[in-house]
Amino acid sequence: MNNEELKTKIAELLPAATFDETGEWLNINVEPADWLSFAGKLRNDDSLFFDYLFCLTCIDWKTHLSMVYHLSSTKYRHNIVIKSKLDVARPEIESVSHIWKTAEFHEREVYEMFGVNFLNHPDLRLLILPDGWEGKNPMRKDFEDPINMIKL
Amino acid sequence: MFEEIGTTTEGDLIINVGPQHPATHGVLHLVITLNGETIKKVEPHLGYIHRSIEKMCESLTYRQFIYVTSRMDYLSAHINNHACAMCVEKGMQIEVPERAQVIRVIMDELTRIASHELWWGAMAMDIGAFTPFFHAFREREKINEIMEETCGARLTMNYYVPGGLMADLHPDFQKKVKEFIVLFKRKIDEYDELVTGNIIFINRMKGVGFLSKEDAISYGCSGPAARGSGVNSDIRKLYPYAVYDKVQFDEVLETGCDSLARYMIRIREMKQSIRIIEQLIDNIPEGDFQAKTKAVLKLPKGEFYTRVETARGELGVYIVSEGGTTPYRIKFRSPGFSNLSALDHMARGSKLGDLVAMMGTLDLVIPDIDR
Repeated sequence: MNNEELKTKIAELLPAATFDETGEWLNINVEPADWLSFAGKLRNDDSLFFDYLFCLTCIDWKTHLSMVYHLSSTKYRHNIVIKSKLDVARPEIESVSHIWKTAEFHEREVYEMFGVNFLNHPDLRLLILPDGWEGKNPMRKDFEDPINMIKL
Repeated sequence: MFEEIGTTTEGDLIINVGPQHPATHGVLHLVITLNGETIKKVEPHLGYIHRSIEKMCESLTYRQFIYVTSRMDYLSAHINNHACAMCVEKGMQIEVPERAQVIRVIMDELTRIASHELWWGAMAMDIGAFTPFFHAFREREKINEIMEETCGARLTMNYYVPGGLMADLHPDFQKKVKEFIVLFKRKIDEYDELVTGNIIFINRMKGVGFLSKEDAISYGCSGPAARGSGVNSDIRKLYPYAVYDKVQFDEVLETGCDSLARYMIRIREMKQSIRIIEQLIDNIPEGDFQAKTKAVLKLPKGEFYTRVETARGELGVYIVSEGGTTPYRIKFRSPGFSNLSALDHMARGSKLGDLVAMMGTLDLVIPDIDR
């Protein structure tokens, strides 16, 4: 499906979604509360069939955090980007690791680097940071490390 | 017994493989729960070589950050640089000269062969065959010499810049690559005779580390790990970049879903890489090797995503720009990270000795996973 068809189809599935077509792929803004049921529809709908989550990350915009999911379909080869705004003080979103298994590792990375709490994640622990890590999340914009060089 | 897999009960043996272990090729740390010799759970612990490259890139300019990425997947340094250069070019809408595009593809394919050779030697050594390592490194050395002449470095080449290449080719480049092609075509058959057809080797690999097509997609696997399970995942074919749409080559697919299938993919891929180089080496167009660009690069506000096929799979570069000279946020979707997430699933229920074969055929490069 091209971006126009995807937009029509997704507007039917989730009327609350807003769209942004400035980029290469269709960007869809979703409320965190809608995400889990919407993700299931994206994965299981026969005409969408987004079975390949190829990138999952987070952006710190200082006023809020933004989750970014890049999805692709191995059957139809169309791509979309899902974005969801999170509260900076208490970032929480449902885990999608039972829909796309790769999300388990990616969510653990986002959890430690940005401090996003993934609800119902099977194993939300530190992955890259050393055990017993305390303090701020390294990828947040307000993180400063006086010892290790992270800014050149 | 099998219903217990995935859980820890009293009497289970928990062993640590790594972070300093010869079979993990770097500083990967696996915590393995065993019942006798049967694997119940594999837990990777990452971060021993985490340098926070993504955070570092936030304070580097668009010319500088490309060089850091050579240190991610150091065996695919050229291809990493290619992805980053392409992402900046996409944002700036820079037209790359045809000559640079062709040279980039030749360099990428040479890198792929060099990477696969290292993998082949190291993997054979993991499962107990020492000789292949020396064979592989003998041929890989030739590629390193070719790279050194043109780029000045053997591992972290830093040869690509936004808009083209850092410098033109060395005058001997074409001659040496042609000599290498003749040599390598003879040697690849030798590799097959030495390892591929060996019955002991086949018994170690066949049926080991089963990963179904559905799981490969769900775990986000890419590259040979996905193609060994029959998933079309070659970015060069699916979303062609540079001049990949103008050359003839096949996407290599196997349906065995096991370690042997992933092994065969890489062996066959090396032959396809040679095929691509052969088509291009006599047809490098004349002209500029670099487009004229401004001294200071500023990406317009927005988001840019490019993906390329490295030796390990799909590398994605995601740049979020606020319009400045440095990226606001950069994310590297590294192939190894996703491929590693499938290891636990593959290993459960199999024997400890087979784990080495599985890790070998996933071709893990730890700096690429940790970033």
